[in-house]
Amino acid sequence: MLKINHLQARIEEKEILKGINLDIKPGEIHAIMGPNGSGKSTLASVLAGRSDYEVTGGSVEFMGKDLLELSPEDRAKEGLFLAFQYPVEIPGVSTTNFIKSAVNEKRKYLGQEPLDAAQFLRTMKEKMKLVEIDQSLLSRSLNEGFSGGEKKRNEIFQMAMLEPKLAILDETDSGLDIDALRIVANGVNQLRNKDNAFLVVTHYQRLLDYIVPDFVHVLYKGRIVRSGTKELAKELEEKGYDFIKAEVDQELA
Amino acid sequence: MMDSTQILKEAFEKQDVANGNLAAFQQENWKAFSGLGLPAIKHEEWKYTGIRNVFSDRLVINNEMNISPDLLKTLLIAGTEEANRIVFVNGRFQQSLSITTDHANDLCIKSLEAAAGDEDAPFVEVNLGHSQRYHRDGINALNAAFANGGVYIRINKGVTLKNPIVIYHIADSTLGKRCSHPRILVNMKEAAQAELVETFHNHGGGETLTNEVVEICAEKDAVLHYVKMQNEGEKTNHTGTTHIRQTGKCLTHAVTITLSGALVRNNLNMVMEAEHGECHMYGLYLLNGNTLADNHTIVDNAMPHCFSNELYKGIMDDASTGVFNGKIFVRKDAQKTNAYQSNKNILIGENAAANTKPQLEILADDVKCSHGCTIGKLDEDALFYLRARGISMENARAMLLHAFAKDVLEQINNGAIRKYAEQLVSDRLSSSI
Ligand SMILES: Nc1ncnc2c1ncn2[C@@H]1O[C@H](COP(=O)(O)OP(=O)(O)OP(=O)(O)O)[C@@H](O)[C@H]1O
Ligand SMILES: [Mg+2]
Repeated sequence: MLKINHLQARIEEKEILKGINLDIKPGEIHAIMGPNGSGKSTLASVLAGRSDYEVTGGSVEFMGKDLLELSPEDRAKEGLFLAFQYPVEIPGVSTTNFIKSAVNEKRKYLGQEPLDAAQFLRTMKEKMKLVEIDQSLLSRSLNEGFSGGEKKRNEIFQMAMLEPKLAILDETDSGLDIDALRIVANGVNQLRNKDNAFLVVTHYQRLLDYIVPDFVHVLYKGRIVRSGTKELAKELEEKGYDFIKAEVDQELA
Repeated sequence: MMDSTQILKEAFEKQDVANGNLAAFQQENWKAFSGLGLPAIKHEEWKYTGIRNVFSDRLVINNEMNISPDLLKTLLIAGTEEANRIVFVNGRFQQSLSITTDHANDLCIKSLEAAAGDEDAPFVEVNLGHSQRYHRDGINALNAAFANGGVYIRINKGVTLKNPIVIYHIADSTLGKRCSHPRILVNMKEAAQAELVETFHNHGGGETLTNEVVEICAEKDAVLHYVKMQNEGEKTNHTGTTHIRQTGKCLTHAVTITLSGALVRNNLNMVMEAEHGECHMYGLYLLNGNTLADNHTIVDNAMPHCFSNELYKGIMDDASTGVFNGKIFVRKDAQKTNAYQSNKNILIGENAAANTKPQLEILADDVKCSHGCTIGKLDEDALFYLRARGISMENARAMLLHAFAKDVLEQINNGAIRKYAEQLVSDRLSSSI
C-alpha cells in the first residue's frame, strides 16, 4: 500500500529526513516513536504533501502511484489521511460544510455521486456516534476555540467520514484524557479492516495498549533506527530512548 | 480638462437653475467648483486616487434616457418586491419609476426641488450641503451644482418602515462616458427606523462617472441601516459621499460593499453630535483587474459617551488596489468616547496592493480608542489543512476568502439584500478569485 524508499527531505537549509524506508501493507498498523525533533511530523507532512518541505531524494509509492507527484488534495482523494498534531483553527468556515465539501470532492474524484443532504446527515450521525463527538461542536467554525482534546476528536471524526485507506495519526493521543483516548482508539479499531492501514505516531506506550500495532519503529535523527513488534514499545517505555541514542550515535560516529 | 469643463458648464447652464427652489445653493456651488477645480493627486485626501484623469475624457451629461419598465425589472433585487423603490437615471430622480409602498403618513419621497419649496424647506436649508463641512472640494461642489435632480426622503416620527427603501442608480453608457450627479437628502425624524439600500447599474457596460452625495440626518432614537452595493463593472468610476449626522442619541449602521469598478472613492462620515450615540461602519472590497477602491471614513465625536465600531476588509486580486483611510476625531468635550477601528487586507494578486492609514485625532483625555490594520496573504497553514482533506486549491481559497468576507456580509440587516450580496460574493469567489 505504502512503500517509502530512502526518503530524504529538508526544510529551508536543514536536512531532516535522511533516508527513511518503510513498507506498509493493507490491514497493518505501524507505530512510529522517537524523541522530540527526530522528524516524525516532518515525515507525516511530507507524505501529506506540505510544500514547505523539499524532497531531496528517495521515492514514495502509494496504492501503486507515485505519491510525491500528487497534489495534497489528490493524495487525500486517493485515500491518504493525516490527523494533524496541531489541527489548524479556521474561523468563519463551518465544520459541517467543510466536511461535506471534503466528502463530496472525494466522491467526485472517485466517480461517485455526491451525497445529498439527507444521506450526508445520516452518515454524519452514524460517525458522530462512533467517535462520541457532539453536534454543537460541528456547528461551530472549524476548530475555532476547540479545546486540545476536541480538536483531536474532530480529526478522528473527519477520518471516520472520509474512510481513508491509509491514516497517519500524528500524536493524536497527546493531550487526551483517558476517556477521550479510549474513544479515539475505539474509533480506529472500528474503522480498521483488512483493506486499510494506520501509521500511528505517538510518544506513549499507553495508546498502543488500545491500538495494538503490528510493527513499532523508532525514528531518530531522520532515520528509522530500530523496528520491532509492540515489545519494542514496552522496552522504550521502561528504558527511555537513551540506550538507543547511545547505540545509534556510536554507529554514526 | 478643457473639454470636460466646457461640457459640465454647458450642462449646468442648460438646467435653468435660476427659476428653481435650489437656485442659490446650486449657483453658489457652481461658483465654488469653478474656483476649486478637481482635487489633484497632491491633495492629501486624494493621493491614491487620480480623480482628474477620470474627468479628462469627453463626458456625456444630462441626456435623459428612457428606461423601460422591463429593463428596470431585470435589475430588481429578488425578495425586495415590496420595497419602497427609488430610481435614478443618469443621476436624476425618476418619480414615475419610483414607488412608495409604506404608508404616505409614514414615509415621504419627493424631489429635492419640491422639498426645498414646501414645509420641508427648513430642513433642506440646514442639511443640504452639510457634508461640505468635511469635504470642501470641487467634487462635492460639482455634485451640489446639479442638486435639483436629487431626491428627498422623510421618515416620520416614531415610524418603523415596513419595507426597506431600495435606490437603483442607473447610468446609461451607450452614448459615451456618462457623467451623473445623484443627490439624496434623508430626514429621519425622532425614533424613525429604516433600512436604506443603494445599488448602482451601468446600462450598456461602457464608461461611466458617477459623483454622488447622500446626506442623512437622524434624530433622537432613530435607527438607520444603510447599505451601499457597488458592482457595476470595470468601466465604472464612482466618487461618493455618504454623510450621516446624529443630532440625537441614536444608532446608525453602514455597510459598504465594492465588487468592481475602475476607480471607486467612497467617503463615509458619521457625525456624532449627541451624547451616547452609536455607529457602526463595515466595508468589504473584493477587487480584481485594475480596480482601485478607496474608502475614506470619518467618525467625528463632538459629544461625550459615543460609541463607534468600524471594520473594513479587503481582498485584492490581479493588479487591483485597496485604499483605506479611517479618521477618528475626538473633540475636547467628547470624554468617554469608545472608538474601535480595524482594517484587514488579503493580497492575492502578484501586483495587488493595499494602503491603509488610521488617523486618530484625540483632544479629550478620557477615551478608549483602538485601531489595527493588517495586510497579508492567505493563511498557508489553513490552505494546507483544507487541501489535506481533499478540497481543491481553488475551493480551499474560495472557502477561506468567503470566511474572511463573512464578518462584513453578515452585518447586512435586510435578509434579501444580504442574500443578494452573498450571492454576488460567492459567484465571484468561485470564479476568478
Ligand atoms: N520551518 C522549520 N525550519 C527549521 N527547522 C524546522 C522547521 N520545521 C521543523 N524543523 C525542525 O525539524 C526537526 C524535526 O521536526 P518534527 O516536527 O518533524 O519533529 P517530531 O519528531 O515530530 O517532534 P515532536 O515529537 O516534538 O513532535 C526539528 O528539529 C525541528 O526544529
Ligand atoms: Mg511532531
